Amino acid sequence: MSKYKVNLKINNISISVDEGTTILAAARQLNFRIPTLCHHDDLCVAGNCRVCVVEQKGARLLPASCATPVSEGMEILTNSMKVRQARKHIVELLLSEHNADCTKCFKSGSCELQSMSNDYRIGDHVFLDLLVGKSRTIDISSPSIEKDDSKCIRCQRCVRTCSDLQAVSALAVTNKGHEMKISTFLDKPMNEVVCTNCGQCINRCPTAALTERNYIDEVFDAIYDPKKFVVVQTAPATRVAIGEEFGMEPGTRVTGKMVAALRRLGFDKVLDTDFTADLTIMEEGTELLTRLKDALVDGKQVALPMLTSCSPGWIKFQEHLYHDLLDNLSTCKSPQQMFGPLAKTYYAEKVNKNPADMVVVSIMPCVAKKFEAERPEMRGSGYKDVDYVLTTRELGMMIHQAGINFHKLEDEGYDSILGESTGAAVIFGATGGVMEAALRTAYEIVTGREVPFTNLNIKPVRGMDGVKEASVKIKDVKPEWGFLEGVELNVAVAHGLANAKILMDKIRAGESNYHFIEIMACPSGCIGGGGQPIPTNMEIRKKRAAGIYEEDEKMVIRKSHENPEVAEIYQSFLHEPLGHKSHDLLHTHYYPRKRY
Amino acid sequence: MENKIKKVDLIFGKVDHLSVLDKSFQRSQDEIILDVIDSGLRGRGGAGFPTGLKWKFAKNEDSEQKYVICNADEGEPGTFKDREILTQVPEKVLSGMALCGYCIGASEGYIYLRAEYNFLLPMLHEKINRFNSDMRERNIEFAVYVRSGSGAYVCGEETALMESMEGKRGEPRNKPPFPTSRGYLGKPTSINNVETLVFALMIAHHGPQEFRDMGTFDSRGSKVFSVSGDTPNAGIYELELGMTLEQFVNEFGDGDTKAVQVGGASGFCVARKHFKDTLIGFEGIPTGGSMMIFNSSRSMYNILHDYLEFFEEESCGQCTPCRVGCQQLLKGVESVKKGSKPPSYLEELQKLSETMKIASKCGLGQSVPNPFNSIINNFREEIIY
Repeated sequence: MSKYKVNLKINNISISVDEGTTILAAARQLNFRIPTLCHHDDLCVAGNCRVCVVEQKGARLLPASCATPVSEGMEILTNSMKVRQARKHIVELLLSEHNADCTKCFKSGSCELQSMSNDYRIGDHVFLDLLVGKSRTIDISSPSIEKDDSKCIRCQRCVRTCSDLQAVSALAVTNKGHEMKISTFLDKPMNEVVCTNCGQCINRCPTAALTERNYIDEVFDAIYDPKKFVVVQTAPATRVAIGEEFGMEPGTRVTGKMVAALRRLGFDKVLDTDFTADLTIMEEGTELLTRLKDALVDGKQVALPMLTSCSPGWIKFQEHLYHDLLDNLSTCKSPQQMFGPLAKTYYAEKVNKNPADMVVVSIMPCVAKKFEAERPEMRGSGYKDVDYVLTTRELGMMIHQAGINFHKLEDEGYDSILGESTGAAVIFGATGGVMEAALRTAYEIVTGREVPFTNLNIKPVRGMDGVKEASVKIKDVKPEWGFLEGVELNVAVAHGLANAKILMDKIRAGESNYHFIEIMACPSGCIGGGGQPIPTNMEIRKKRAAGIYEEDEKMVIRKSHENPEVAEIYQSFLHEPLGHKSHDLLHTHYYPRKRY
Repeated sequence: MENKIKKVDLIFGKVDHLSVLDKSFQRSQDEIILDVIDSGLRGRGGAGFPTGLKWKFAKNEDSEQKYVICNADEGEPGTFKDREILTQVPEKVLSGMALCGYCIGASEGYIYLRAEYNFLLPMLHEKINRFNSDMRERNIEFAVYVRSGSGAYVCGEETALMESMEGKRGEPRNKPPFPTSRGYLGKPTSINNVETLVFALMIAHHGPQEFRDMGTFDSRGSKVFSVSGDTPNAGIYELELGMTLEQFVNEFGDGDTKAVQVGGASGFCVARKHFKDTLIGFEGIPTGGSMMIFNSSRSMYNILHDYLEFFEEESCGQCTPCRVGCQQLLKGVESVKKGSKPPSYLEELQKLSETMKIASKCGLGQSVPNPFNSIINNFREEIIY
């Protein structure tokens, strides 16, 4: 569709932009920054906070620049006297209903309202404090997300995130007027509603109304407890994002610095979730091949397509909304939860530690992992498998608190064992990565040859399209896999739960011809996880993804089945994928949950 | 102009609505729209957008599906004329909708009925069934349906009303796009007040001239007023536009009128000293019909306080200037009254109200400053002491 050009003036500078462009976007092209709060690049237009109002020559009202398309001949002023007064008033109004106890706030320094207040040097409150006499209750019912309404400025970014990006709608606007608030179904606590704990709302909350439940003090307590042996595992997506907490470019690969920082923080051993990502491929790949064999050779009724189970937000989403299809979900635990029980059994034995004295901490790009670690079935080792889950942001805060100069750290490597990994594991961090890693291994197991893609890079499953599809023709198989000869393996990948819903509806309607589907709850996969540095937008996530794929390319080993520590653990401990021990430690089951 | 107010009977008078429609359906859409434009009819809900233009915009949109909505949410405090029109002459309302549907090319019409008026539903359903079959008999593809509101004042705002009709939370939308291009379910929609639709029908019946000859340059025709408060003659009156408030008070006041709130809670308060030079209409103070008369026994602080309480509760809450501004205005006048803020704080609040007027998302927040400033400017001492 050809776009018409519209001519307008912003602050007396002429510009010509595509029809349909908002005033805000046009101003950005001219490098005029208009402050925004309810606007977010990932979300639909709201136009409700009004801080982005501008003056339009000849108009009685100040239009909201985020919500108003340009029109021919328009003359806009972004910082006139009228605009300044209105904007200042609006920030003052927001502060008057906001718990502005900034010095004690988790988001101090990264709060958008605070920075706007600083920009306008809002001093003593002109207006009355509207929180006086109102009781303050913080919802800490969820192990993942903390909700403090006294910090809420009702921009509704969280509401739009939850409904538009995630198709969950756990958060909604309730009441009106002075009682209007963001709440849940019947004002139930967060742990009793359909919330998947994905934490995407946290990533987009401009204030501290929605934050992760933080466990920094608990982890420091464990570190400084001489009786405790504290091991830490790091998820793939953290290593290309933690740098942002120290002002580095998104996507900067800082694996070595992160390991060094963790050691300086005092963790006894620094290990890698990437190891169990490789292990996941062995288990999940074998599970897929077993399901295919059951279906194709033995004619058994098996649930296909098989769905990946690495993303705990996605799992809870399915338990709530698609629990008729739970049999399709792989029984494999996520890499985090495979690591936990292995650390407290296999590893404890190797390093001669009593698992009762061990504390397993994980650094995750995710807040749903906090919930996952609390699930009662995650006690395969006989203990709580993973004790504490910290987000990338919390780790950043710990490093700041400990006075470690992240920039100056020399690269260090992971401890062994449970520290070795491959390129296939690191790409778990980006959407399509699990699929790519699985195909690299499964194809080779079946045919004895590498996947037929240049340099092992399976491009069709990469990138930011919401739903991606690919087919791989399986030819010239090894004799034992004869039943797969000539089979066209159909796979799909979705990220963001609204996209997952598209695929799930297809499966439910019987219109899917897929064998295997990867789903990640968060937009762009774990690199866009709810525990990752704020802000987030597509550009930032693309950079993180680029970092992930660079990391893969630089690895010597890039296929999970070639990880020597994985081979070792099967030989000496697990014996075979889907074996008895695997079943006990690495696989799990799921429960239907209510719909609200 | 004579000192006597002219009473008119266009709205409530009997007319053979079907013959008006039959006659109109013989004419071209453009002809009828031109008549409505020529008549000078402006929307009678309060905002006063030229009705003929609205129809023209909707007609010019290229869409298979368009809608007519009759806004019967009548929520403005002090307004009760639409209820009476729907009760007395429902066929004229339905015919006005069909006329609009014919002109813009819509086959469906919806009455959005205020929840408190649900007692009208049995009667309305009967009339609508009859009317819809009258249309079917004429091979006119137009049918009317009713949707009940749920009690929020803001749903009288046209885009919030459409959100509500779509089953969503009643919150005003960003404009543009305007309803004539993207309205109900995203389709071009002409949304008109109950009274406006009846006037349009009567203009089609009599031609534009009779209507145009009444009233003033900017405020043509007549208007139905809801008169309430300290008056011996509370009720509903159709009056020619163009009168001054003095004429109005002479007719309806109780001899001790101190102020009149013109246009409901969101309108303006006019004090006695301004009655003479205040015209009721778009040149002066427009009204959707609400005329509340206050005599000297009334406390203007209480009146303002009541209005602000109303707005504090009825703001939809989505935009900052309205949600928080209303609370600040209310708490602010309370503080001044109590003495915990100095009288000069009223000036801060008036500055804030200016921001609400130009930066709020919809007409609700934009008009809260009307009563606020007009009451404070006229009765400052009553607010402070």
